[in-house]
Amino acid sequence: MIPRTGMMRAATLLIERDLRLAFRRASQLCHPLVFFLVVTTLFPLSLSPQPSQLRDIAPGVLWVAALLSSLLALDALLKSDAEDGTLEQLVLSGQPVVVLVAAKTLAHWLVGGLPLVIISPLAAMSLGVAPDAMLVTAEGLLMGTLTLSFLGSVGAALTIGVRRSSVLLSLLVLPLAMPLLIFGARATDLAMAGEASSGPLYLLGALLAFTATLAPFAAAAAVRIGVE
Amino acid sequence: MWLWIHKLGSPPHFYRIAGLLTPWFGWSAGVLIAAGVVSGLFFAPPDYQQGDGFRILYVHAPSAWMSLFTYIVMAVAAAIGLIWRMKVAHAVAASCAPIGAAFTAVALFTGSVWGKKMWGTWWVWDARLTSELILLFLYLGYMALRSAYDDHQKADRASAILALVGVVNVPIIHYSVVWWNTLHQPASVTKLAAPSIDPSMLLPLILMFFGFNILFGALLFTRVRGEVLMRERNADWIRERVSQL
Repeated sequence: MIPRTGMMRAATLLIERDLRLAFRRASQLCHPLVFFLVVTTLFPLSLSPQPSQLRDIAPGVLWVAALLSSLLALDALLKSDAEDGTLEQLVLSGQPVVVLVAAKTLAHWLVGGLPLVIISPLAAMSLGVAPDAMLVTAEGLLMGTLTLSFLGSVGAALTIGVRRSSVLLSLLVLPLAMPLLIFGARATDLAMAGEASSGPLYLLGALLAFTATLAPFAAAAAVRIGVE
Repeated sequence: MWLWIHKLGSPPHFYRIAGLLTPWFGWSAGVLIAAGVVSGLFFAPPDYQQGDGFRILYVHAPSAWMSLFTYIVMAVAAAIGLIWRMKVAHAVAASCAPIGAAFTAVALFTGSVWGKKMWGTWWVWDARLTSELILLFLYLGYMALRSAYDDHQKADRASAILALVGVVNVPIIHYSVVWWNTLHQPASVTKLAAPSIDPSMLLPLILMFFGFNILFGALLFTRVRGEVLMRERNADWIRERVSQL
């Protein structure tokens, strides 16, 4: 069957639909954000509230908290659509599944990842990060969360047919996300020390380009297996 | 040639051939490893810096190599299974995971024992140790994904995709860890193996290397046979075999 709607049109329609659905349940959108803030609060409480020490741990705390909270949201990326059969219809629609999966991932990042990037300076400030470094952290998180969403789309697609999949999803995605953590925390670290942080940021960009081009293909293959 | 490969792809033939090869592989691995252990423990001279402590190298290095090699075999088998829908290839990939995880665990354990002796600590966040640990997590994730599916065929194909994603990521993870490590760690402890090694020390290492590779073959054949039996448990050829017993 040759679909009448163009590929890009289908992708934008899908993004629109996902965004609309997400904003219908606006309170759920806040959950990862609140989680992010709560986790960053846990560290000063459990370690020490001294500014010098907080500054040492700040890059790590910010990135670990961001990784965990976007990981929590990943479970919802395909689950509800797979349960009510929407995903099956999408696969049957004749549109390239790669594009549809990439569109869904992008929509998911717009409501889950981008807000995290926007409020990250708030958490950074509470940990005593200087304003310059906040910007670098936000830039790094911008690329990092998007990369994680694409990586996570593979994990989410692989665990479509699995019950209680959220722990398994984390187990699959976290080892693959370690380079992100390394480069991201490194960029913040360098910026806080007042040094040039463009190196790790370029590497994050490279990871983003690499993942964004390849992960949708793996995720599309996994979706096909999941819905059949 | 092609006929032979096609035959290998059919479970009964593979089962038979693997059964014939297993004792050959098992015995030659046993002989090589025994020779390697004896020459490594008794005939190789002690290291001028590390004394007798370096001898754990003869287990550590081959198992670290095998942990990577097994992952590559697993990914290649997974790709073959995914592309040509070969049942046996999926069985091979599934059988690789526990063996690879075991090799990784052995490499980590011997590494930390060695580290305790040489560096005075069980664990340092050395690049090799860290990427080996991540490799173990990748194996565990693969096995967890397999066991999460009830349906064999779905488990095969989903885990095959994961193995391929993993094998693309292993170099990235490795180099990012190395890069991170060189920034954080003093370089003095990371130099594990001196590139110049005396022939009398090298020979046991070569023996162990081949021994471990062949041991992997024997273990893999045994596991795949079990896997094939489980998957084909309702097939006629197994019923015939059982009735012949």
